[in-house]
Amino acid sequence: MPHNLQQTLSVVSLISVGKHPQSGRERRAEQDGRAVELGMTLAADALTVLHAGDPEQQALRSYAGMGLKSIRVLQLDPAEDALAPLGEYLQQNGTDIVLTGVRAESGESSGMMPYQLAEKLGWPIVPRIADITAVNDGVADVLQALPRGQRRALKVRLPFVASVDNAAQEPRQSAFGPASRAAMDALSVSAETDVVRAEWSEAPARKRPKRLKVVKAKTAADRFKAATAKSQGDGGKVMQNEPATEQAQAIFDLLLEEGVLR
Amino acid sequence: MSNDHGSELLRRDPRIEWIARNRLHPLHGTLGVSDEVEVRGPSGLIRKNPHKVGFIGPNGIKRIDRLKGNGATAATGRRSGAQSGPQAVQLPLHSVDIPDFYIVVAPDMVGGRLTSHDKDVIGLAHKLIKGLEDSNPEEKGAVLAVCFGESKEESFDTAGVDRLLLLDGEEYQGYSPEQQLAALVQVEASYQPKHWLFPDSVNGGADLGSRLAARLGERPAVQAWQIDNETIICRGAGGTADITRSTTRLMMLAEECADAIDETRHEALPVELESVPAVIAQLQDQGQVAVDPNAIPLGEAEFILSAGNGIHNWDQFHKAAELLGATEGASRVAVDDGFMPRFRQVGATGTWVTARVYLAVGISGAIQHMQGIGQCDKVIAINTDAGCDMVKAAALSTVGDSEAILSELLTLAQAFRAGQTEGGDQDAA
Repeated sequence: MPHNLQQTLSVVSLISVGKHPQSGRERRAEQDGRAVELGMTLAADALTVLHAGDPEQQALRSYAGMGLKSIRVLQLDPAEDALAPLGEYLQQNGTDIVLTGVRAESGESSGMMPYQLAEKLGWPIVPRIADITAVNDGVADVLQALPRGQRRALKVRLPFVASVDNAAQEPRQSAFGPASRAAMDALSVSAETDVVRAEWSEAPARKRPKRLKVVKAKTAADRFKAATAKSQGDGGKVMQNEPATEQAQAIFDLLLEEGVLR
Repeated sequence: MSNDHGSELLRRDPRIEWIARNRLHPLHGTLGVSDEVEVRGPSGLIRKNPHKVGFIGPNGIKRIDRLKGNGATAATGRRSGAQSGPQAVQLPLHSVDIPDFYIVVAPDMVGGRLTSHDKDVIGLAHKLIKGLEDSNPEEKGAVLAVCFGESKEESFDTAGVDRLLLLDGEEYQGYSPEQQLAALVQVEASYQPKHWLFPDSVNGGADLGSRLAARLGERPAVQAWQIDNETIICRGAGGTADITRSTTRLMMLAEECADAIDETRHEALPVELESVPAVIAQLQDQGQVAVDPNAIPLGEAEFILSAGNGIHNWDQFHKAAELLGATEGASRVAVDDGFMPRFRQVGATGTWVTARVYLAVGISGAIQHMQGIGQCDKVIAINTDAGCDMVKAAALSTVGDSEAILSELLTLAQAFRAGQTEGGDQDAA
């Protein structure tokens, strides 16, 4: 991938502690891992990997195992709000690009952190990016991931905040040796306690009830029909005796009408 | 008369009653015998007049309609019902003259139409309004839908939109979240809505909702799936936990959070917004990028060209897929015979696809295959057998030799692509 990048590009990848959806074990978060991977391709050694939380957390080592020399950790209690210290850190350290995941795998996982950071810093936010293809003269070319595998090209001026979608390059494998050698560079910061969250109650996710098909028939005959009738497709148009040219034209017109031919 | 001071006393006149009963009596017509089937008799009981029930059928025999006018088939035999026929039922209109408060919904409008997710969110807005009106009956609420970009939707009224703010100016075309945010901030200032509701979807709802929440300094509830006026339950921790919290002002709602409106019609009155400040866009939209359709996972591809046993010229099929820009799919037979790789198989044992357009060439439609394409919007079939299941399910089917039809389709697609590149050159020049 030809990254036409400036030497002085300073990239910060924000990481969080992931949670395996089945076992619930702490791990490297999928999207945050991609943010680190994208940061490593963009900035190589100039990448800062930043975490707000507990520096002793073992899951951070699996990020470090991707080949990081150190991880910067802003030391916080789990109940403290990470927004203010992160914002201050980014402001003071002259950052160009901040990469985060779309949603955390633990906690509230509201996906609001990149938006709040961008609002606090006054930077643009690019949601769900798949890649940053080039950075020229302080303007980045960004590929945004859209539903159904589509991509949109955007241009955005540095500095900006971007959340990295699952469509981005998969994170490289984490190795045990580098993971245990990496330094945890802890900074003690002050933060406010999140008081709103203390009032919430949290429980393992319940299975959501399936939506029932409610039959609103007024008479017995209607109810009987709803219960027994096979849902007939409305048949559609059948072209049987037309020449192939006409049939192909009809198909082509339908494809155009549906807007799938681009 | 004595009725003046004993009005509760029912005085029966046996002679009048006898005349009323006797249809052959010369005075019978002079008595105002009601034409209604059910009348309150002299003793206060409901009396049914069996002579008035039903109607005379076309062959002169009395018919009684026990479907209460709901049977579609009953209407055909009825002389009086012939002109009324099967017509669309007009739902009762729910109107709010002067709303005391608003709940604002910003639907996704994928392709210019309300999605089912959008309709669920509007349904939830009405549920919240009902709860608020129950606790304070003097105040009436309305749902205001803020829609960006060109709208092709025709049924805002039956979806439950009371007021409609349609922003389809030049500045809202393409990807313009910053301009949309400015408009929403203006809506906040003008209407002070009780709640802001967004669909929590990848189609832009979550993005816009998060932007507005950050701008207004509101703490939103995301992935909310069970909501009432006091508490909500949200999915947290990446979907592995349920968080129960009090209802917030700004909510991003999961799919199927409530039932869509289906029993009322709403006004969908257009409203205007006084000037929205033009924002200097920091994100410049460069348009969608052409992606290799075969790199898109089959399950989320938008347009699939699928091959079955009826394909003999595979080079032509691959060429057609490339020219049309379609993702390739295959039936089990084509995969088993080694013409297509296993991961291209569509159906119960392969991938369940969600394409908007599914073009099936030479696939007769085994039930396992039909299950796999159940969620496709438009199915087009090319087949030699007019009686096969695929033709029955398809919106458009062409019966004939697949090779001939595909080659004609290739010619059309080539002409289309040639016109495209010419047009592109002209634009560039």
